[in-house]
Amino acid sequence: MNQLALAIPWLGKRNPAAARWVVILLAVGAPLIAVLFGKSWVRILDFAMLYVMLAIGLNLVVGFAGLLDLGYIAFYAVGAYTFAFLASPHFELHLPFWLVLPLGAVFAALAGIILGLPTLRLRGDYLAIVTLGFGEIVRIFMNNLNHPINITNGPQGINMIDPLVLFGWDISKPLKVGDEITINSLFLYYYVFLACVVLSVILVQRLQVSRVGRAWAAIRDDELAAKAIGINTRNMKLLAFSLGATFGGVAGGLFAAFQGFVSPESFSLMESIAVLTMIVFGGMGNLAGVIVGALALTALPEVLRHVAVPLQQAVFGHVLLDPEVLRMLLLSLAMIFMMLLRPSGLIPAYSRYSRPELVVGKEAGR
Amino acid sequence: METLLQQIVNGLVVGSMYALIALGYTMVYGILGLINFAHGDVLMVGALVALEAIRLLQIHAPELGLVPTLLAGLSISVVVCMILGYTIERTAYRRLRNAPRLAPLITAIGVSFLLQTIAMIIWGRNYHSFPQLLSTAPLEAIPGVFITPVQITILVVSATLMVALVVLVNKTRLGRAMRATAENHKVASLMGVDTNKIIAATFIIGSALAAVAGVMFSSNYGTAHYAMGFLPGLKAFTAAVLGGIGNLGGAMLGGLVLGLVESIGGGYIEDLSFGFFNSSYQDIFAFIILGVVLIFRPTGLLGERVADRA
Repeated sequence: MNQLALAIPWLGKRNPAAARWVVILLAVGAPLIAVLFGKSWVRILDFAMLYVMLAIGLNLVVGFAGLLDLGYIAFYAVGAYTFAFLASPHFELHLPFWLVLPLGAVFAALAGIILGLPTLRLRGDYLAIVTLGFGEIVRIFMNNLNHPINITNGPQGINMIDPLVLFGWDISKPLKVGDEITINSLFLYYYVFLACVVLSVILVQRLQVSRVGRAWAAIRDDELAAKAIGINTRNMKLLAFSLGATFGGVAGGLFAAFQGFVSPESFSLMESIAVLTMIVFGGMGNLAGVIVGALALTALPEVLRHVAVPLQQAVFGHVLLDPEVLRMLLLSLAMIFMMLLRPSGLIPAYSRYSRPELVVGKEAGR
Repeated sequence: METLLQQIVNGLVVGSMYALIALGYTMVYGILGLINFAHGDVLMVGALVALEAIRLLQIHAPELGLVPTLLAGLSISVVVCMILGYTIERTAYRRLRNAPRLAPLITAIGVSFLLQTIAMIIWGRNYHSFPQLLSTAPLEAIPGVFITPVQITILVVSATLMVALVVLVNKTRLGRAMRATAENHKVASLMGVDTNKIIAATFIIGSALAAVAGVMFSSNYGTAHYAMGFLPGLKAFTAAVLGGIGNLGGAMLGGLVLGLVESIGGGYIEDLSFGFFNSSYQDIFAFIILGVVLIFRPTGLLGERVADRA
């Protein structure tokens, strides 16, 4: 929050208090501004909030503990599918939201531990490949567990998932205030997601400066030294994996409820890479950077979609690059050029516990 | 019994292609300690460029025979991939050579997706059918066991290339320089080796092999598309790790073993799991092998030391 305020150009350094208010106002007023451009932008904001949660979770693993995880979307999938199994007509189960979401988080955390346990000894690039393989395995199972017993309904996915119901109040229905004003459910979802994001931010911020956060930073900077000063690196790494996965699981559950539909297509490797790019782009290890990165890289492709498609139509007479291609192009270029030109990201981490380097051990054997 | 033999034949064919790709990974890893994530996508570019070249040749030079057309298409794609490999090394990796180890890896992922996106822009999202210039009519080698001329060609060509590569690395000046650079950059450059040139050469050789493998893949399966490089790339990396990364012989062995495991496992998984799993789970084998090897024997089958690398 303070970091985010400080990151505002010009104002941040001169008047932090005002900057803080600007952040709060922006966060609360964002959907009201977005709706001026059309309802679809509010929807995009909702998704942006989910990506922020994912980015915060992955940042915990990659930015804080220095464990490069390329299969992070698998935890998102676990959360989403848990929600889909337990709150949809697929198994004729309609458990309440308060039970399903924590269950999704628990399962995701378990998946994190399952992934973490065998990979404890791996470092850096090997870990990246194994986690990538894990993500693919989860996807293969989602795609194929529809026979001989239909569990995941295969590539078709599961639909008609129950919406969020908080205290008997169905969020997916427009809220009526008085007689004239109705608030669209997209707004309601936004504020629910925003609340989750704020909670996550507070939690992670406290975590970062806690004993655990410092232990992670130590492991990231030099695992051997961390072990030598008495940090239980095994438990700390497992904790990073499972906590990071928990965020993914919660975001996944919210995604399932919001979308009403899950299919393996939403959990491709591209999504893992997209979340990673958000972190890299914004500034690995820095909460404010990660949030800005996630927002920017969710919004930019959409802006491009609205600008570039008509532009191409005007210039070439037909659409040369469709929006999905543009998104991939943008993400991959962002990844390459950020690493080449500004490896510490848009808002570099500066505090004591989160230095910008992506150090995994000093130069090994070179 | 015939089924088993048939699976072994298929496994050897697929395995030799994995081996060819794995060589590219292992050479780059041996020298730079970098997993060249984009290697699989170089393979994809190789296949698609060959496809395009062959199509054009068939239109503009139809009098050319089938085999010369294939050879011409192959040579064009090899040259394109060599240039591509050099460009990738020069622009994306060279600047990061002394950066922390995760930085080049993230760049490599970016390059991989960039190549896929560019291929998607040029060739679209569809599967293209790859012109079958060699006969795919199965020959019955042993009663009940079939092999196609394409598969025989794949086996022969990949064996030849691997032998050539081993000779190159072990007997020539360039090979000696490569081994020296892999051993220690600084000392090698003190001894008069232009390490930048050697690293570029490694990328070029690896990309050429990937291009050949790409054409083989497409000829064998009859299709090519923009994301075809991902799985073979990942599996070839597994093969390289399985054999012992940085070790040429290991990459070849790893490729063959992986091909066999996948083919035999894919053939029998349905019976073994009482029909619960079917051959669509075939791809999982590579990942499981990768995990198991990294956990229990990170040095791989033939590897000597990776000590603090793994």
